[in-house]
Amino acid sequence: MKIAIASGKGGTGKTTVSTNLASLLAEKYPIVLTDLDVEEPNSGLFISGEKIHEEDKYKMIPEWKKDDCILCGNCQKVCNFNAVMKLGEMIMVFPELCHGCYACSELCPTKSLPMIPKKMGELKHLKLGNLDFIESKLIIGEEQAVPLIKQTLDYVDENFSIRTIKIFDAPPGTSCPVIEATKDADLILLVTEPTPFGLHDLILAIETMRELKKEMGVIINRFGIGDANVEKYCEENNIPIIAKIPNMRKIAEIYSDGNLIYPKIPEVKVQLENIISFISKYQQENTL
Amino acid sequence: MKEIVIISGKGGTGKTSITASLAYLANKNVVVADCDVDAADMHLLMQPDREGSEDFYSGLLAEIDQEKCIKCGKCAEVCRWNAIPVIDNKYVVQPLDCEGCGYCALVCPTDAISMNEQNVGKWFLSNVKTGTKMVHAKLGVGADNSGKLVAKVKNEAKALAEKEGKEIIIVDGSPGIGCPVVSSLSGASYVVLVTEPSVSGIHDLKRVYELVKKFGIKAGCIINKADINSNKTKEIHTFLKDENIELISEIPYDENFTKAMTMGKTIVEFDDGKINQILENSWKKIKKK
Repeated sequence: MKIAIASGKGGTGKTTVSTNLASLLAEKYPIVLTDLDVEEPNSGLFISGEKIHEEDKYKMIPEWKKDDCILCGNCQKVCNFNAVMKLGEMIMVFPELCHGCYACSELCPTKSLPMIPKKMGELKHLKLGNLDFIESKLIIGEEQAVPLIKQTLDYVDENFSIRTIKIFDAPPGTSCPVIEATKDADLILLVTEPTPFGLHDLILAIETMRELKKEMGVIINRFGIGDANVEKYCEENNIPIIAKIPNMRKIAEIYSDGNLIYPKIPEVKVQLENIISFISKYQQENTL
Repeated sequence: MKEIVIISGKGGTGKTSITASLAYLANKNVVVADCDVDAADMHLLMQPDREGSEDFYSGLLAEIDQEKCIKCGKCAEVCRWNAIPVIDNKYVVQPLDCEGCGYCALVCPTDAISMNEQNVGKWFLSNVKTGTKMVHAKLGVGADNSGKLVAKVKNEAKALAEKEGKEIIIVDGSPGIGCPVVSSLSGASYVVLVTEPSVSGIHDLKRVYELVKKFGIKAGCIINKADINSNKTKEIHTFLKDENIELISEIPYDENFTKAMTMGKTIVEFDDGKINQILENSWKKIKKK
């Protein structure tokens, strides 16, 4: 079963929920936690364990071999991303613009643009008791998060059975990296805060997940601050609110040091148990 | 013309609240651009009165004309994204998977595939409560190409600033280090990094600053919620010193930020004490850059 923890707005507590939920579940069950916020992965700051695997991740880009090139310019013509350009007597490749479609390479009449691997990030796999933790980090300067998210998801699919509970810490926002991180999930848990920013971005996230036809539950973090409009919206739109994590300065302090919250704050553990009941109920109803 | 870009790496550090406060203090002398197009929130504090809006088209999507299709399967074969599965005996493009590369259209023997521009969002030009103008946008649900929409918002803001003789553009950037952030940074004159003293705040600050360095742009830093963890605040001081980044200011943790937000106000309109003073001093430093 795949559960994605998402949010429209950044900084609402996705990572807090992901790491605490995964750690609490792992007290009883085998759990896989994967950080898909490859631009700024933070889950690893809260999870320690023994490193069992590490690998570089590559994307394929064309490399110009000038010997047989007849400078016909077909490569430039077929590239929709301006990643290949004919400049005078040269073909220039702009790797950060390349989406790796292979068109320039495979349609080159002289095979002068073979595809070569270019490192885009690193994947790391840690293990601590029942908990497997996987994290990928994008190299700074790489603009495209999606290919790395995709390869990270492939790694999880290849290494764990379909029945294992998998939690994915998704990136913020609603654009392509979020779609990639959530499109295979069975269940989406949206973390928000009860403020105008929280509500505005929650609505965007809900609209996005509706488009993907996903089952959702909402977790309100920093409950008690702000106003009641998030609750009102969820009630009116029949979206279950499955947990309310209280607004406490102490939580922010524990978090700031890189520690898990629930072992120290019982109120948070109660809320995580609410999330776990929601997941079990979903699992029973859908026999996953 | 100066372009001041506010970014944070990590979300939720208070970037937008601080940007809106700076814009409020700058008053009529700036043009405001909300480049966090993925989750654009600044309008909630600036009360924009929309003067105009325009659809934004970018990126391509393959479409198969089933009448012309001879089901040879070449398109599916070359597609690196497996975006053309066979459904009910027909080759059908999955819009969420299609990358818009157009390779399928190039190899189709019957020209059955067309590549069409996508409406990926809308951008707006608005009058805001400070008596100036703001350019902002809304990305379509699940849309690609947020980097291009960011570039559009910035270019429109620049053109506007030129037309109206404003010397400064204040830009609210997006979290992360990917394409929308790269787009926000290109052309910036000065970067304000908003961070918080937490393990993740520091981790993300360091990564996003690596990106800023690649652009060779000078940066200053505002530490928000600075009293949440004094050891981590010290760690940030050390980092700033090592990298020669100016510490612009430190703002204490204050729930009035949220109270102001629920009233649709910036913190400087709500609080007339300490925080107002800190932000006023911050703006004085930033505008001189």
